[in-house]
Amino acid sequence: MFLKTIATAGATTALMTSAAYAGCGLSGGNVNVLGNEFGAIQAVLAGASECAGDGVTIESNLTKEHRDLQVAALTANPAQYTAAIVANSSIVPLLNDGLIRSLDDLVAEHGQALQKHQLITIDGKVMAVAFMANAQHLFYRSDILEAAGVAVPTTYAEIVAAGEKIESMGLMDNPVALNTKTGWNLGEEFVNMYMGTGASFFKPGTAEVDVNNENGIATLNMLKSLSDLSSPDFLTFDSNATMALWEGGQLALATMWGSRGGGILDAEGSSADVVASTVLAGAPTLMGDNVASTLWWDGFTIAANISDEDAEATFVALMKGLGDDVIMANNDEAVWLSAAYQAGPASAGVAATAAAGATPYPMLPYMGLLHSAAGAELSDFLQGNESAEQALADVEAAYTSAAKEQGFQ
Amino acid sequence: MPHKTFFWFILPSLAAMVLFIALPLVSVAVQSLFIEHDQVLIVTENCGPFGCTQETTVDFAASEVLRAEKPLGKFNGLGTYFDRGHLATAEVALAWQDRTSLGDFFSGLYNLPFYRALAFTLSYTFIVTPLVIILGLLIALGVNRLPGMLKGPTIFLSLLPMIVTPLIGSLILFWMIDAQGIIGKTLQWMFDDPQLSLKASAGLTWTTLMVYGVWHSAPFAFVVFYAGLQTVNTDTLEAAQIDGASRFQRIRYVVLPHLTPLVVFIALIQLMDNFRVFEPIVGFSAEANATSLSYIIFADLRGDVMRFNSAAATSLLTVLGVAILLTPVLIRTWRDFKGKVV
Repeated sequence: MFLKTIATAGATTALMTSAAYAGCGLSGGNVNVLGNEFGAIQAVLAGASECAGDGVTIESNLTKEHRDLQVAALTANPAQYTAAIVANSSIVPLLNDGLIRSLDDLVAEHGQALQKHQLITIDGKVMAVAFMANAQHLFYRSDILEAAGVAVPTTYAEIVAAGEKIESMGLMDNPVALNTKTGWNLGEEFVNMYMGTGASFFKPGTAEVDVNNENGIATLNMLKSLSDLSSPDFLTFDSNATMALWEGGQLALATMWGSRGGGILDAEGSSADVVASTVLAGAPTLMGDNVASTLWWDGFTIAANISDEDAEATFVALMKGLGDDVIMANNDEAVWLSAAYQAGPASAGVAATAAAGATPYPMLPYMGLLHSAAGAELSDFLQGNESAEQALADVEAAYTSAAKEQGFQ
Repeated sequence: MPHKTFFWFILPSLAAMVLFIALPLVSVAVQSLFIEHDQVLIVTENCGPFGCTQETTVDFAASEVLRAEKPLGKFNGLGTYFDRGHLATAEVALAWQDRTSLGDFFSGLYNLPFYRALAFTLSYTFIVTPLVIILGLLIALGVNRLPGMLKGPTIFLSLLPMIVTPLIGSLILFWMIDAQGIIGKTLQWMFDDPQLSLKASAGLTWTTLMVYGVWHSAPFAFVVFYAGLQTVNTDTLEAAQIDGASRFQRIRYVVLPHLTPLVVFIALIQLMDNFRVFEPIVGFSAEANATSLSYIIFADLRGDVMRFNSAAATSLLTVLGVAILLTPVLIRTWRDFKGKVV
């Protein structure tokens, strides 16, 4: 009898311990995360899924189409996902429609491990927890630059000069690439390059666009010079395409996302000499000291239309996913915003870009409309079918009619 | 059939049509007349990994009050239809006033997204449709002459392009015509031009898309014509042969008249299908050089901001376009029908 009691008590304790461990101390809750698909986010979700079990369920939908799903999915009540992983630009529509909740209480209760700069606060309220930084910056091949006898470029003018020299010496055809696929990618290149002029996209304090000026023309002319050094297919180049070209050894200078650095520098998909001579450097400048790039953060938000229990479970699970062990095991996947992160060659570009004073992507409610307008209207100019003035006038006109429709004017 | 019986007979399909076709159309039409409320903007201090900034944001609480009052948004009448993203009446008028020549006017028109999409959509429709009919007929005539043993495998192979999902088919071809792909490299070698790219210029992109369209749709026309060929009256054919008609004459004067109703049928289906051209544009990443009406609807519904009102207006303009396009064919069908009844 005594033995039986001991055994039962022991079993109960064992069960409780394992239960507490499996659920990360939670009594229950459903976690379902929507996010972009790349190595760093997958690692976070894999870490978070350790909390699954004992009434806690953890699911996720990681897809490149996440931006197109998030508003509809979080508008539903109850929301289809408990958390959405967003970036500076994609948090805006969620904020506009009030679809994400303030994380103040959850951070106070469970967020001791977070550093202050990870908290994205809007008007004093924590709305998102950032976990990694990203930026487009320069990738270069040290062996090709050496063969051409040029120094590492720090401005876009130097990149054009270096590219022309590489071409004229016959070292490589079309040595330069940017993510210039018509649409979001081309819009992003325009935004980044315009940042290099130091000018503002809008008339101060209004939603009135202001890019049809000498800054806009300088931006477009630089994009044109760079695309002249790119393969004629440049209007179909997205991140996957430029990364494949780079790994194929066909590029010497490229502006690509920092988050691609880990994939390019690993042993897969490329030859050893390409990997050995690939260097990640800060984003070049365009005019003066203005860095022609924007800083991005990726972070998680928690849906407004879910129960408090699910919200707590989501927060705790994602904090588990951002634990020091996960960061250390996936150190090279991203530039983590965590104390456990060790900077390495794959993060050198993003770090240098931030250190050079690049500014974050503008979190304005109407920025997305300008981004789309630029992405759609600039390809004619880059193909040499119209003047820079005409292209900028088209961008402004497309933006203005979209902004009017969305209630911004 | 008495009217009452007929009514009960078609009631289920009528109900389904109202529910799944008419009602969504009405809802889209209503949406296209509204735009978003004026946004209430406030300046707040936002902080993050890269420091704090003063930024404009939407005042959610104030916007919510407006939305609760009028959930559909602000009434804009036909304003959306005439703005720059759609019919662009003001811009067209300006282009007409400032024209230096007719060509200049058209290039001004081509600079506007709607007309640019319309230009490709119409060219695609009117080039691909007749080519599909002609090619389909030729394949059907050829296959019909094959010995029985070869017919089965040939028909199966000819149907393959139609079986492949359009998006997958276009993606496979996209990789093949890439400058590094098998077709792309072969073309560069044939024309001795290492910079040749089928994706780079508008003309070549349009050609690629149209060739793809013919490749994809020809099997449909082929199957229909092949079925029709099985019903050609052999007595008439033999009589024509005895009268000394050549193969061409037999096809021209016996087979083709027999197949005319099928030509009308295929033309009808293909005009509708081709006017909605969409998948190849995405598959071939051809947005830079070719956009269609369906593509601009798709583009409006993607990205950080969804433009439902703009997409609704383009959708209705597309419906209008299909209606205009089909009118001549439908009038012809109606005449045939009346002729038969009387």
